[in-house]
Amino acid sequence: MSAQTAEHGTMTLKLIVWRQAGPGKQGRFETYTAKNITPHHSFLEMLDVVNEELILEGKEPIAFDHDCREGICGMCSQVVNGVPHGGQERTTVCQLHMRKFKDGDTIYIEPWRARAFPILKDLVVDRGALDKLIQEGGYISARTGGVPDANATPISKADADYSMDAAECIGCGACVAACPNGAAMLFTGAKVAQLASLPQGQVEAPVRVADMIQAMQECGFGNCSNHYECQAACPKGIDVKFIARLNREFLKALFKSKAGSHVFAGE
Amino acid sequence: MRFTTNSIGRKILMAVSGLFMVLFVIVHLLGNSSIFAGPDGINAYAEKLHGLGPFVWASRLFMLAMLGIHVLFGILVTLDNWSAKPDRYKVKKMLKASFASETMIWTGALLLAFIVYHLLQFTFRVTPDVVLGNDAKGRFDVFSMVAASFRFTPIVLIYVAAMVTLFLHLSHGIQSLFQSIGWNNDKTLPTYTRLGKVLAVVFLLGYSAIPVLLLSGILTK
Amino acid sequence: MILDGKCPTGPIEKTWDKHRFDMKLVNPANKRKYKILVVGTGLAGASAAATLGELGYNVETFCYQDSPRRAHSIAAQGGINAAKNYPNDGDSIFRLFYDTIKGGDFRAREADVWRLAQVSNNIIDQCVAQGVPFARDYAGYLDTRSFGGAQVSRTFYARGQTGQQLLLGAYSALSRQIKAGTVTLFPRTEMLDLVVVDGEAKGITVRDLVTGKVRCHTGDAVLLCTGGYVNVFYLSTNAMGCSVTAIWKAHKKGAYFANPCYTQIHPTCIPQAGEYQSKLTLMSESLRNDGRCWVPRKKGEKRPANEIPEEDRDYYLERKYPSFGNLAPRDIASRAAKEQCDDDRGVGPGGRGVYLDFRDSIKRLGEDTIRERYGNLFEMYERITDENGYKVPMRIYPAPHYVMGGLWVDYNLMSNIPGLFVLGEANFSVHGANRLGASALMQGLADGYFIIPYTVSHYLAQSKPGKVQEDHPECRKSIGEVEGSTKRLLSINGKRTVTDLMRELGTLMWENVGMTRSKESLKEAIEKIPAIREEFWKNVKVSGNGADFNQQLENAGRTADFIEFAELLARDALHRNESCGGHFRVEYQYEDGEARRDDANYCYSAAWEFKGVGKEPELHKEPLKFENVHLAVRSYK
Repeated sequence: MSAQTAEHGTMTLKLIVWRQAGPGKQGRFETYTAKNITPHHSFLEMLDVVNEELILEGKEPIAFDHDCREGICGMCSQVVNGVPHGGQERTTVCQLHMRKFKDGDTIYIEPWRARAFPILKDLVVDRGALDKLIQEGGYISARTGGVPDANATPISKADADYSMDAAECIGCGACVAACPNGAAMLFTGAKVAQLASLPQGQVEAPVRVADMIQAMQECGFGNCSNHYECQAACPKGIDVKFIARLNREFLKALFKSKAGSHVFAGE
Repeated sequence: MRFTTNSIGRKILMAVSGLFMVLFVIVHLLGNSSIFAGPDGINAYAEKLHGLGPFVWASRLFMLAMLGIHVLFGILVTLDNWSAKPDRYKVKKMLKASFASETMIWTGALLLAFIVYHLLQFTFRVTPDVVLGNDAKGRFDVFSMVAASFRFTPIVLIYVAAMVTLFLHLSHGIQSLFQSIGWNNDKTLPTYTRLGKVLAVVFLLGYSAIPVLLLSGILTK
Repeated sequence: MILDGKCPTGPIEKTWDKHRFDMKLVNPANKRKYKILVVGTGLAGASAAATLGELGYNVETFCYQDSPRRAHSIAAQGGINAAKNYPNDGDSIFRLFYDTIKGGDFRAREADVWRLAQVSNNIIDQCVAQGVPFARDYAGYLDTRSFGGAQVSRTFYARGQTGQQLLLGAYSALSRQIKAGTVTLFPRTEMLDLVVVDGEAKGITVRDLVTGKVRCHTGDAVLLCTGGYVNVFYLSTNAMGCSVTAIWKAHKKGAYFANPCYTQIHPTCIPQAGEYQSKLTLMSESLRNDGRCWVPRKKGEKRPANEIPEEDRDYYLERKYPSFGNLAPRDIASRAAKEQCDDDRGVGPGGRGVYLDFRDSIKRLGEDTIRERYGNLFEMYERITDENGYKVPMRIYPAPHYVMGGLWVDYNLMSNIPGLFVLGEANFSVHGANRLGASALMQGLADGYFIIPYTVSHYLAQSKPGKVQEDHPECRKSIGEVEGSTKRLLSINGKRTVTDLMRELGTLMWENVGMTRSKESLKEAIEKIPAIREEFWKNVKVSGNGADFNQQLENAGRTADFIEFAELLARDALHRNESCGGHFRVEYQYEDGEARRDDANYCYSAAWEFKGVGKEPELHKEPLKFENVHLAVRSYK
């Protein structure tokens, strides 16, 4: 757990990084050396160090998405040594610290790879497909204003907690990146489950599940083979039980006459 | 969007057809285990089964339909999955997926080939090793037919290999079917996973025992 | 010039209702003819865009991130205030109003704060209806907790991720409107200029961060919901991309910048570990509900925390502020921590830290209860520091977190440029000189869901739609300026990186204009900032090109704006010869170290007018009147 190197010792690491000039362009791996890295550097701070050097050498720095650097915005997205976010349980790559590595390690860094996530540059991908999924039904159609008092409908603590467990998803897309099929079942399942488990969300539940599944396919995501790689890679530990819930909500929708016809007839 | 083109609809079709085939595998093993009671056991069982007439044919057609659905959607879903992941990682470490879960399409293909072979051998009885005849009570002698074929080591090996394949396919498939039909949560998943593995082992041992015991001469008339 | 906030008059309880009735409406059939540009998709921006779209306006919304859901509101942990009084502990709209005015050290407008307190209840209703999974008790009703600066339990929360859940609620409402076609989304698009035509805000110039293409979007009103500028200190709890750029560009086009010196330092952040550090991480203030702050009594104490006996510990907040104790407001708690560290009693690397100890709460409530309440925060702490907060006290230190200052707006949230509205942290309106915990989320959503829909309509009802199109000369001029500045940044090809220069600026600002300020430190900053600016424009190195995804170029532009803005911040701090809230001048304090306000001379909001880079800005004052809460020395003892 604790630092592999002495507290004040520094590490030198070999990075093998995917570089790609733009969408649809031919990419390749480039090798870099990260020097003077302490165990307290975060993974992205380690990349900052490499980038600063590249800039001063007049080379293009490695492009990577990041923003909050505290594990909540979901912007950072790198596959480190074959695992999205680097494989520390419940940790985004921005919160991964270099104490998890040791001097002399070789680290492979790749972008999310999936048909639904085209690469924009280097490690930056376009995750607009996840937004599209939400736009197709990941909401409760509550107009601003005309809603009852917040305490008008009690919701059992169990349901509220279940809903919150699902709602913790940060939309980073690691589930898609980890899935051998490039499927977005965990992302979609979490949203469907969050809303279906609340009384407010049940009215639209059948239509929501049908629309979101259709959108998933239109966006080019794959299907679920129940490998559960998604849960293992999820930095928030979102449970695959929400995929089961998605499947169940789909079946429930079929048996509701109106919604069932919606499922069958589609748009 | 129709059920059959829906990503989850297809998985449910896979799950349900898979479930019926698992049930068939259970029933088939129970039936086959009558061989441990000697020729009289299995020959009587076969006679009774064939006496059911139209019911046999109905179940055969039903199972054929299940197989067809399972194979068809298995292929369609897999092709779709492959195209959803056009570029592979240079380094990919699997955290949860198993050899079994990653090879479902291939173990499935092998099992399909085996099923064809198995039907040609013991249902249509057209493979060269098959010995036909009646037993003392004038019933078709299933025991002798099976025992004759399983004198050949390569055939026994094929059967054992097929059962290992079945073990792999079901050790992932059984828990997977509960997940696909949504009858699962975080508490039940470990139970289903265990159930799937236990059943898969039982099938492996139970089915393999017949050719192995016949070949080794432990099971005789 | 004396500014007028145009607040409605009369009994404060009636002001907002009366004003809502007095405002003009736009005919439903005409709404879609008006185009509204909303910049930023945090709580304020997403809720405003969603609501305006729902009303039928034609909305375009912009964010620099790849998705609206990434806006930094998402990182707010603790909760959102509302005067629901569900716990029956004596809360009311008036008390929330009173607490906010007092917490803000009497530097906010009464009418604005009243309105905020009034609509706070609607926000909770709205969020629950959207499916925000707030914490609930076993009976199924909403749970609340108490927060700094309040003695009632009025903070609603969703584990330690309240901001995330509220933002996802607003994002889902926004997504619904995108689907409905009323809102068009432009992600990975950064606003780099405001287009003003005939004195009215009519458009924005943006850069597509993927293709590098610069283009102009015109509309009938522009809403800036672009958050705060606390990254001017380089290290802060804000996201890496948070910047002053949007509001600074508007300021350069004539919008007044109010009270830039009101910056909030959050008391409970994880201390800095090294030079390379890129940001500071906040630990929710709610931790102070159950954690006790202490430092060793002995200077330069070397023993590990757990070996320091009770009698050698100084629970300094409880000692100095017996009635509020560990829940003292942020500015007070932050300065108290700095005092202890300046007194050589700090802990951890460099002595810049104090303990936040859960030992007693764990003893009282059990580790499971603490885990239930703050589990994710403890996890986060361990990931960053490699220490287990259940076993050894956490180490915390104050860090720049939020800004109360921002573009000046009137009661309608409209800046002095007609048609330019400013919402959320980007404006200066309700928090005065200090914001109370769990009030930022409240303000963002109040502005977006419940205020701007009325006030924008009021403005639009008085103007014709579609007056300016994208081929207008002002648009072409603005595009030319933006492209010119991009080219200039790329052509310098100096020897220092953007980060290096930004770090230099941040360090100067933190040391001279940070938690405590003095006349000398401020003068020094004002002297040194122009040198950094010159160095930047002479020696910065930005590689790559402008017609591409170029993160360095983005950062370079933001840094250039921060450098210009830093000077204004320092000037404002120097001009305000008093201490109040987040603005602490060492010359102005009581003997016990409390902030000494000067109501006779500084009871006003300072709104600055841009006069040119490096030129002294012009000060406009908006006097503050307190008719419902009496001006008093803020005391939390």
